[in-house]
Amino acid sequence: MTNITLKIKRQDKPGSSAYWETFEVPKRPHANVISCLMEVQRNPTTQDGKTVTPVTWDCNCLEEVCGSCTMLVNGKVRQACTALVDHLDNTIVLEPMSKFPVVRDLQVNRERMFDNLKKVKAWIAIDGSRDIGEGPIMPDQDRAKRYVMSECMTCGCCLEACPQFTMDNSFLGAATFNQVRLFNLHPTGEMKKEERLDAVMGEGGITDCGNAQVCVEVCPKNIPLTESIADIGLQTTWQAIKNLFTK
Amino acid sequence: MMNRKKKIVIIGGGLAGLALAMKFCERNGEVTVVSYQSLKRSHSVCAQGGINAAIDAKNEGDTPEKHFYDTIKGGDFLAHQPLVRDMCYQAPAIIHLMDRMGVAFNRTGEGHLDFRRFGGTLYNRTAFAGATTGQQLVYALDEQVRRHVHDGSAKTLEWHEYLGAVLDSEGICRGAVIHDLRTDEIYTLPADAVVLASGGPSQVYARSTASFVSTGAAATTAYMQGAKYANGEFIQIHPTAIPGQDKLRLMSESARGEGGRVWVPRDANDKRAPKKIPESERYYFLEEKYPLFKNLVPRDVASREIYDIVYNQNLGISGDPMVYLDLTHKSKEFLDNRLGGIMDIYTKFTGVDPRETPMKIFPAVHYSMGGLWTDYGPDSDGLIDHGSPRNQMTSIKGLFAAGEADYQFHGANRLGANSLLSCIYTGLMMARGIMNYTDSLEKSVDDIPSTVFDDTRSHWQNRFNDIKKMNGSENPYQLHQDLGDIMLANVLIVRDNKSLDKAWHDISDIETRFKDVKCLDTHDWSNPTPSFINQLYCMIHLSKIITKGALMRDEFRGSHYKPAFDMNQPKDFDPHEYIDYLEKKQYGEVPKGKFPREHLDYMKRFEENNEKWLKTTIAQYKDNDPEITYEEVDTSLVTPRPRKYD
Repeated sequence: MTNITLKIKRQDKPGSSAYWETFEVPKRPHANVISCLMEVQRNPTTQDGKTVTPVTWDCNCLEEVCGSCTMLVNGKVRQACTALVDHLDNTIVLEPMSKFPVVRDLQVNRERMFDNLKKVKAWIAIDGSRDIGEGPIMPDQDRAKRYVMSECMTCGCCLEACPQFTMDNSFLGAATFNQVRLFNLHPTGEMKKEERLDAVMGEGGITDCGNAQVCVEVCPKNIPLTESIADIGLQTTWQAIKNLFTK
Repeated sequence: MMNRKKKIVIIGGGLAGLALAMKFCERNGEVTVVSYQSLKRSHSVCAQGGINAAIDAKNEGDTPEKHFYDTIKGGDFLAHQPLVRDMCYQAPAIIHLMDRMGVAFNRTGEGHLDFRRFGGTLYNRTAFAGATTGQQLVYALDEQVRRHVHDGSAKTLEWHEYLGAVLDSEGICRGAVIHDLRTDEIYTLPADAVVLASGGPSQVYARSTASFVSTGAAATTAYMQGAKYANGEFIQIHPTAIPGQDKLRLMSESARGEGGRVWVPRDANDKRAPKKIPESERYYFLEEKYPLFKNLVPRDVASREIYDIVYNQNLGISGDPMVYLDLTHKSKEFLDNRLGGIMDIYTKFTGVDPRETPMKIFPAVHYSMGGLWTDYGPDSDGLIDHGSPRNQMTSIKGLFAAGEADYQFHGANRLGANSLLSCIYTGLMMARGIMNYTDSLEKSVDDIPSTVFDDTRSHWQNRFNDIKKMNGSENPYQLHQDLGDIMLANVLIVRDNKSLDKAWHDISDIETRFKDVKCLDTHDWSNPTPSFINQLYCMIHLSKIITKGALMRDEFRGSHYKPAFDMNQPKDFDPHEYIDYLEKKQYGEVPKGKFPREHLDYMKRFEENNEKWLKTTIAQYKDNDPEITYEEVDTSLVTPRPRKYD
């Protein structure tokens, strides 16, 4: 059986310095990066025979719907579960995402993304969960458009790839703009449209987007992020004009 | 009366936990949601095909009563009926609520909700958002809970793990022991009630359709603290999954609901590519055997048939344990619109496009019908009193369970698209009862001496210190795989007492090896290993509950198939005969010659078997092992009868 060489960038805790370790694992049929990392857990010995602590990483669903296991695989940001070994070279380099603070090894803290969801009120403000009958009628085309956007797993690929998004600025990023569009497109969500647009008009907002268009290339769910950005750009322009007269 | 808000701790951020969190906040309660990871990433996101509600959008005459009957029959009559009936009657309101929250459910030409078919029913009863319905429902509830967090009524503790309940001197649950997975700190959260919405236990099998966190550890700890665990042996094996190293990925039942056909080449040596095999040389075994339900027989039935095709008839594709699931007769647009999510998963994990080539699939461990025993408060209409403090309470007072962690809704086999429903239903339904439970307490949690909390915290701190000192030779992750191998080999689709007995002894070897585990990592920052060792310990005990329950239950019911106890239903038997037979019996003698001899014998066997085995299995922790007893099932609404789907 051939072996897979895993070169992994490790870090013990936030702020401590990173280091590299290399592991050899057997190449099994249908293997993915996660199953290779599981091999390392079962035998945490480096290529040069040193016993080390098992590498830590985040994962859960293992079928690319939860977004947990996002990392850099051979320098490219993606989910490790869909990174099939058969499609990669026999040496695989794994690093944590670089735009979020490292927690440990391949784990990063993506709280900023969830905080941004609060900033733009990414929800439908329903009156309450008691039974008041059917939801709004909606053309299936609109539903289909919303569905694509709503598949966002908050994985962070788009932000990792974005040159504008850095660890020390407040840029909201494509994922958040897409959520604004998602909720503004819903008949009930639209009622809070202005609040959401106001939230993306300040510092770190939509005008900071540099139009690099790499977000859409790395999105694992093929969400039309650049369309969302353009649409929110337009919505905020109208909102700005309206604000001139009303605020 | 307390003059503060009622506070509860919810363990788990899946559908059940989030639904309860939202409802409890609306009732002006204070909620802390504890989650092993970020909230949007719970296992509920893996649910694909849809959620059931008898809205009768297709004018087929569907009703909640029919949904109730299908669910009870699908579960082989092992579920308590009033509760299932209440769930089915609530289902339409639940779908409308989720729709109002913005779930992108597929819609009809007029813009109303669209529905499709699922297994175990003849009606189009399943609302769906593409093939990622679970993900979409989780996001909608997560958004509502985030809104409550934003408004200050809910709190989330992400990257925290539940270790156990805080029990006072009377055995009442007064809070939860929480482990911060980043800082390694262990502390207690006092609460008026604790709710385990902690998901299912499929990781006991190591390779299943379940997510990484579905270890069942929280429920097992409750069992070890004295809670009853019910129907553990009823594990659902989903008929269609993609084989894999780390996980067996689900291919939703909706693939068949939308017209997918299951087949194998009639000739075992046929090596041709599937599209080259003409129709007449394909064996559509489900369609031939079940002309009424065809490919949409319930999951237990479909899994058994696939197993039979592969292992008894040796007709697996190229001799491998796989059969075709074929959607290639459907247009690409249709598939992308209604099943896009699973089309992508199959393509990404196999490199083969299921729109062009039939998928190769095999059954996989998927769901536990069993779980923590929970109570309910029936009303006089055969439904549930939603204000009853008994609702969803475990046998430990003040400790509740919801979602896959409980046992009440699916009997011996769950129907597809009923799990999302039961999760949201329990979460919403139980809120009022918990409020009332809190009011009924003589002593509030504020009056409990702090030593109760201190002692429980110390217990768990010591436990984790001991785990970190484990310095044997066994790798805990390897031991988990070995446990999974035992369960997969012996406690799966076809069960016999010899294998089950072997499993019982092999698990005991695992238990011995567990004592020699090495804690591979003793860091005190973001270290998953000690937690995993504790979870592994729980999984070993859970595997004993499952295996002993299966060993002792000498019958064939739903997912629990022991061929030695198959009552062999006559081919031409009609279940209505049985109702007729019971009626005749009730009015005196069954007239001679009324039923064919073979049918009468079968019905007598069926009746006797039900008297003995139509019971809930109860496991209680005693001397390190599960002690098994049986409890009556509430069958007050529909007479249990033989199942038939052809």
